[in-house]
Amino acid sequence: MNIEKVLTGEKDEKLFLLGNEATVRGALESGVQVAATYPGTPSSEIGDVFSKIAKQAGVYFEFSINEKVAMEVAAAASASGLRSFTFMKHVGLNVASDSFMSLVYTGVNGGMVVLSADDPSMFSSQNEQDNRNYARLANLPMLEPSNPQEIKDLMKYGFELSEKFKLPVMIRTTTRVSHMRGMVKFDTVNRKKEKGFFHRDPERFVPVPETARIMHKELVEKMEKIKDKSENSVYNKIYNNDADIGIITSGSAFNYVMDILDQHKIKANVLKVTFSYPFPEKLVLKFLKSVKDIVVVEEVDPVMEKEVLTILGKYGIKRNVHGKLDGTLPMIYEYSPDIIVNSFNKIYEPKIPRNKVFKSKVRVPKRPPTLCPGCPHRAVYYNIKTVLDDLNIKDPIYPTDIGCYTLGIEAPYESADYLLSMGSSIGTSCGFSKATNQVVISFIGDSTFFHAGIPPLINAVHNKNNFLLVILDNRTTAMTGGQPHPGLPVDGMGDAAPEISIEKIVKATGVQNIKTINPLNIRTSREIFKEALEYQGVSVVISKYPCMLIKNQFKKKQIKLEVKENKCRECLYCLENLACPAIFLSDNGSVKIDGLQCKGCTVCKQICPEQVIKVRK
Amino acid sequence: MEPYNIYISGVGGQGIIKTSIIIGEAAINTGFDVVMSEIHGMAQRGGGVSTELKIGHAKSPIIQDGGADLLIAFEPLEALRALSKLSSSTYMVVNNSTIMPFNILKSNIPYPDVKTIFDQLKSVSSNLMVLNADEIAKSVGNILSLNMVMLGGALAVPDFPVDKNSIIEAMKDNLPEKTLEINIEALNQGFKLFSI
Ligand code: SF4
Ligand code: SF4
Repeated sequence: MNIEKVLTGEKDEKLFLLGNEATVRGALESGVQVAATYPGTPSSEIGDVFSKIAKQAGVYFEFSINEKVAMEVAAAASASGLRSFTFMKHVGLNVASDSFMSLVYTGVNGGMVVLSADDPSMFSSQNEQDNRNYARLANLPMLEPSNPQEIKDLMKYGFELSEKFKLPVMIRTTTRVSHMRGMVKFDTVNRKKEKGFFHRDPERFVPVPETARIMHKELVEKMEKIKDKSENSVYNKIYNNDADIGIITSGSAFNYVMDILDQHKIKANVLKVTFSYPFPEKLVLKFLKSVKDIVVVEEVDPVMEKEVLTILGKYGIKRNVHGKLDGTLPMIYEYSPDIIVNSFNKIYEPKIPRNKVFKSKVRVPKRPPTLCPGCPHRAVYYNIKTVLDDLNIKDPIYPTDIGCYTLGIEAPYESADYLLSMGSSIGTSCGFSKATNQVVISFIGDSTFFHAGIPPLINAVHNKNNFLLVILDNRTTAMTGGQPHPGLPVDGMGDAAPEISIEKIVKATGVQNIKTINPLNIRTSREIFKEALEYQGVSVVISKYPCMLIKNQFKKKQIKLEVKENKCRECLYCLENLACPAIFLSDNGSVKIDGLQCKGCTVCKQICPEQVIKVRK
Repeated sequence: MEPYNIYISGVGGQGIIKTSIIIGEAAINTGFDVVMSEIHGMAQRGGGVSTELKIGHAKSPIIQDGGADLLIAFEPLEALRALSKLSSSTYMVVNNSTIMPFNILKSNIPYPDVKTIFDQLKSVSSNLMVLNADEIAKSVGNILSLNMVMLGGALAVPDFPVDKNSIIEAMKDNLPEKTLEINIEALNQGFKLFSI
């Protein structure tokens, strides 16, 4: 399918869409006018699709510098009367939360939807926080889809609800919903006016203590009214089978539950909670009364389970409640059909039969992801490691950051020692350089530097820290699929844009020792790293070379390397210290280069102690 | 219809997601319901990748242990990793070209002998179809068409719910026009190997 179909597909057309693609269609059918994000898996493809079609759709779309700014861009658009949309991965909402928490106070004018894509089991994240808690913390309505069609439907409903109550609406997906593909039936795309108008109203939009107190009261009143909506929502659905067992579930877990019940002809009543906050108390109460036993099946935190226990307590009703809190279901990670079966089998007879599970009799080595062949980060890690050896520096500390370069955690690089969040490499370097006498070498990517690296760098200079910061500028946001950022001459709509110079920013923060290197030039890079490590104070090396996945980065004909026939002494130095995936050990013990994988970065050629790697003719 | 469950595994960069989408779209155009699960992001950089498809009546694409009707494995080790999804009636279409995990030299578990891998697979189900998709892809003119060679092999599996024409139609919608001819040839070569 051509991705433009997300825009051009006609009413009643049915397409096989990724949840994230369906999200965009839902926004377009709702007449969204402004959309902003910072890329993050599992929400990244939403931005990728917007980026491709926004212009044609007459929508303003941007990759903002970080999630907080994205939230603010969307908030202001909505205050000006436009429908706006911001979306991010779960931890992105932490970054945006400062503004988000006030936004529910001020409320919105045009409909505004905030989508958080959670990542249970952490396929691509540093934690698996459950952002259903944000609906409670901020106090705003939450919708939880289970499949692509539902995402699209709930986007539309979310915008309507938001506009009606002048409150942002939050949609929570998970990896398995955002990255699920299924059939989606289209409605018509709705185009709205292009420019809004902001009517000043400081009592509504400026939360100083005096106004904020009133705003909070109004928020609580709005949410009271919205509770009626969730109580009666068509999206909160009871599947009544006159059973004694009642299952309360949501999101992806709902899919597993329904498939298992269906497959094994198990009789249970099911309540699918989709409009999940304000929690539909009366509806749940009715459901609880209709059954004897309750199972709450939800991913990550026992959020609904606690709501259920509260309702039972409040109305003085006694029911068995199975879920996470009694150990029936696992407390952490995502669920699967097998987990549901195992859990049901702990509490119910007859047991659901399980398929025979085969196990391999030989052990299966892992296949962790790694830096691509020719990735410039690999050269940097190699250079740093060897320079430290030369300088006889022991016990360095490598604070790292979020991006492909976090893969430096693996051997042989082992250059990732401490990580908290976007931008934490620099802030924690400040701490390490004060708390220890160890050498601190910190890594941050270009996009991450823009996102959250600048304030801590100013902090470092001002507080007279002593560390080396390596900015791995590979000219893209690589990990999430290659989105642009402010350091590039192009914006999220594909238009030309002013390129913000990292070097100038670093200079402006007051760093005295700044060098820019081509990391693939091993000898010069090593010299520069050596100097930088000997420097007292904050020094910054900008390693500038494009990511290997950027298309058309090679102007010249691409070269390939090979190991000279019968010359390799099998010392395995390259394999052990560089571990480029294009280099492999052949069956006869000699080292070979896979011509298909090799990107011609020539790093192996420069480091081979026997000088037996050469350019292929 | 009871869902027909397909588990596809391999290494990032082998064209697994594309292949899965082609099967899914072809199945939808044939009139089936389809749900599919894919993994993006961190997992892709040369790591193991898998997708799961259910064709027929299902809400979740996640296949239960022992529940796959068909395994399409683009790499032997990744076939072995999928073992828990297989049953004695699963069909397995497996590429026999190996790709070493990048850190295998530092790993304390060696890459198993390919013959051992196939023995393990055979001990689960006798429906094992092995092909050298890399070689076939190269011979038709582009190694990148190896995913269509694999798909061609899968097409020859009895009970595969979609026919070749529907697959070719879906390929037209999903592959660059200039590579279409090679890709269709790749599909045909893979198919020919196992069709009687
Ligand atoms: S995507 Fe780019 S940055 Fe990431 S590992 Fe590959 S070459 Fe390196
Ligand atoms: S030149 Fe050497 S290090 Fe660079 S990609 Fe090719 S094999 Fe790998």
